[in-house]
Amino acid sequence: MALSYDQAVEKYEPTLGLEVHVELNTKSKMFCSCATEFGASPNTQTCPVCLGMPGALPVVNGKAIESSILIGLALNCSVAPFSRFARKNYFYPDMPKNFQTSQYDEPICVNGYLDVEIDTDEGIKQFRVEIERVHMEEDTGKSLHVGGATGRIHGADYSLLDYNRAGIPLVEIVTKIVGGTGKYAPQVARAYVTELRDILRSLGVSDVKMEQGSMRCDVNLSLAPASSGTLGTRSETKNVNSLRSVERAVIGEVIRQSNRLDAGERIVQETRHFLEESGQTRPGRSKEQAEDYRYFPEPDLVPVVPDSAWIEQLRATLPEKPSTRRKRLQQAWSVPDKEMAAMVNAELLDVVEETISLGAEPTRARSWWLGEVSRLANEREVAATSLITSAQIAEVINLISNGELTDKLARQVVEGVIAGEGTPREVIDKRGLKVVSDDSALMVAIEAAITAQPDTAERVRGGNIPAAGALIGAVMKATGGQADAAKVRELLLKHLGQG
Amino acid sequence: MTTIKSTAAQMADALAAGSITSVELTQQHLDQIERVDSAVHAFLYVDKEGALEQANAVDVKRKQGDLLSPLAGVPLALKDVMAQKGIPTTCGSKMLEGWRPPYDATVVTKLKNAGVVILGKTNMDEFAMGSSTENSAYGPTHNPWDLTRIPGGSGGGSAAAIAAFEAPLAIGTDTGGSIRQPAAVTGTVGVKPTYGGVSRYGLIAFSSSLDQAGPCARTVLDAALLHEVIAGHDQRDSTSINAPVPQVVKAAKKLDVKGLKIGVVKELGGEGFQAGVLNRFHESLDALVEAGAEIVEVSCPTFDYALAAYYLIAPSECSSNLARFDSMRYGIRIGDDGSRSAEEVMNLTRHEGFGPEVKRRIILGTYALSSGYYDAYYGSAQKVRTLLMRDFSAAFQLADVLVSPTAPTTAFKIGQNDNDPLAMYLNDIATIPVNMAGIGGMSLPSGLADEDGLPAGFQIMSPAMKDDLMYQVGGTLEAALLSRWGAPLLSQAPVLAGK
Repeated sequence: MALSYDQAVEKYEPTLGLEVHVELNTKSKMFCSCATEFGASPNTQTCPVCLGMPGALPVVNGKAIESSILIGLALNCSVAPFSRFARKNYFYPDMPKNFQTSQYDEPICVNGYLDVEIDTDEGIKQFRVEIERVHMEEDTGKSLHVGGATGRIHGADYSLLDYNRAGIPLVEIVTKIVGGTGKYAPQVARAYVTELRDILRSLGVSDVKMEQGSMRCDVNLSLAPASSGTLGTRSETKNVNSLRSVERAVIGEVIRQSNRLDAGERIVQETRHFLEESGQTRPGRSKEQAEDYRYFPEPDLVPVVPDSAWIEQLRATLPEKPSTRRKRLQQAWSVPDKEMAAMVNAELLDVVEETISLGAEPTRARSWWLGEVSRLANEREVAATSLITSAQIAEVINLISNGELTDKLARQVVEGVIAGEGTPREVIDKRGLKVVSDDSALMVAIEAAITAQPDTAERVRGGNIPAAGALIGAVMKATGGQADAAKVRELLLKHLGQG
Repeated sequence: MTTIKSTAAQMADALAAGSITSVELTQQHLDQIERVDSAVHAFLYVDKEGALEQANAVDVKRKQGDLLSPLAGVPLALKDVMAQKGIPTTCGSKMLEGWRPPYDATVVTKLKNAGVVILGKTNMDEFAMGSSTENSAYGPTHNPWDLTRIPGGSGGGSAAAIAAFEAPLAIGTDTGGSIRQPAAVTGTVGVKPTYGGVSRYGLIAFSSSLDQAGPCARTVLDAALLHEVIAGHDQRDSTSINAPVPQVVKAAKKLDVKGLKIGVVKELGGEGFQAGVLNRFHESLDALVEAGAEIVEVSCPTFDYALAAYYLIAPSECSSNLARFDSMRYGIRIGDDGSRSAEEVMNLTRHEGFGPEVKRRIILGTYALSSGYYDAYYGSAQKVRTLLMRDFSAAFQLADVLVSPTAPTTAFKIGQNDNDPLAMYLNDIATIPVNMAGIGGMSLPSGLADEDGLPAGFQIMSPAMKDDLMYQVGGTLEAALLSRWGAPLLSQAPVLAGK
């Protein structure tokens, strides 16, 4: 009988290690002035330097250094007063120099941490993920293997090489081992990558688009018998390319490894690939022998020796931390934990904040994005923010607040906007969705309702206020729902001597 | 009258005075190449049309009265290690047969901007590895003093071209003595500037932390004129020094060494040095004393380890630098018949494309950088390098410049050291410490050795970025020796039989 996830984490204690590669969004490459735009025609963003032409030399992109320092500072790291690039030597056709210029034993930032929160049945729990290092390196080119069954180099008829990506600056952020998470390991892994992504986005140093590969995660995981205090052998699952996949990869590896251990088998230290379909991993091509990268300091570059005054200047420019911001917003909006967590998970914090800053009432802003817009987005399987802008939602909410729209009408307006019928104003005009707020027009309907239901009117006059509901309903019906119910109620009660 | 035997300074004066045009001067040199190069084999490629075109452009500008650089219109030979746009650049290797660089080395750009006429590319040991130019994939160059002997290496082509009056100036590169040792054995002048003094951009790397381009000429002043054309900070080379270029032309014209302390390095001049070479060295010292210099003896005990450390550092860097020659992007490609994998094609190409000395050094370097051996080999060698620098610093406390014979012997016979790489390596025993410390070094003729009547070289070493000191001492010594000899040393060279 195979172990389930819950059984696995009762028997075994998982230990995580996360390596995240981030493509910086600098205008030019790490060591040359070539453009870095995503999706350009193959080999159009290349030069003698990033093609590894004989005689060409690298020059470090100062902006990349700045971004790396900012990342280190945001992750509470210390910035090394002296760091160096090294050459990582191995042959591969998509690597123009057959060595990758990277940082090895002298990275630019070391020893930081990132606190993450996860939402559990026992409430919000906090974990500290310690950061080992932040280092710079260059990306490789891309190979496209044509023909053959696997799309891999073995068995391909021929291969095409695109060096546009070669030399794009990468930052690698490596955690120390993350223990003590127990059954929450998958959520902690996901929360860490999410928090890291939010920080990188707030710093403006990367596009952090996991689906385009500008942020990629390798998940290291090992298991040891619960409370044994030991560490097991780890596997490294490569290129896990969405937040959800990070969580699933951890679950998949916990189940795979625990079942092997239960069967008395050994865990092999190896590289594995995440399978998006099944949530499982498969082994990478086994290496006949351990790679020896023959690292040595890159003689073509001088050491990176950042001025401490500059570091302090950069520290002063650090934006508010996403976690601090969440706390501030939660307090300002008086939102319960669960609703806040829901907004964060749905990645709606930015639009809600924007909507509110455009004058929308906070409670309505939250409930519209989290409710109606999210519902429509889920139906269409798209992001809520792709349907409608925060300015449009703010306009709709403001129309509700000043009584020009009812909630019911507003939903029609939003539908219209999403259907491409124009701005909220245009949809209102085209569809004739105006609230009837003219008192005399309402009074005609009220008089008619009283005439139609004289007994009910009499009970209200006698002090039975709840009985007014039937009369209000009749007025709303008569006005085709375009009246403001509160207004109708106010006028009716006044008319019957109860206002 | 200006002839091919004039100095570059005289040619420049004649061009400025209008007594000869650059086209005429260039044609004279092309004629000499046509006449003697089948015997000397200094050139791998002669760019007749390009040279005459450049010469004509300078003549036109001069006619228009444009402000021209001092060496405008003077021809030059370029070592084939330098990338020149559109011109075959082989580095003396079969690997790069047919490759035409898409860009100019910074040195080439500076030469072009100064109106220096580039006659063609000169022969060299493959990838600048060797001391005899016998390692060229295109056959050896012959010493104009005795065609059965080597012209030194790796820049034997550049030195021989100057000694054979095929060009008044040449560019060389010096990793362990490749400018100075050829100068010594051909009776010419060669200078390795301070590391970082001349841009390495476009210099096809052998050992990045040691490589340095410099001038080759028949007089100290000519070398200085060329030095000032090619030196200076380059943004494309991170290791290039951002400081004013030492005033070497002014220094070369000083002809005064009164009060200067000349340090004779005890460790360079004992066992293994040819008696005739030592005799000329001591005569030169006497000439300097007569000119007013003070001679002191200095000891640099770590020099005994310099050769061993060099043969770990240079091969280590070359094993990585030469990894890019994999047939994927440029150069030859062997065995790509559709049946072989990329890895197999890389292997076959490297097997066929590299000569035995290059392979020997790649293997040495790969071994020295391997995990488990790195500390013992590459790490120790770097420590020796630090100690060498300390030896130099201490010596420069006692003396303004240091001196030694450039090479232990005069030119040996072609083929003599075919089976003894170690004997070959010993040629550079006196030149290597200069590269290891990154300081400046010059070789100028000290006369003919008694035993064989072949040229011997006198080496002057100056502290980093004080290149002017070696030009001052070299210029003074040259003048003193010239007045003893009554005519330039090269006038004693046998006249080469023309075609």
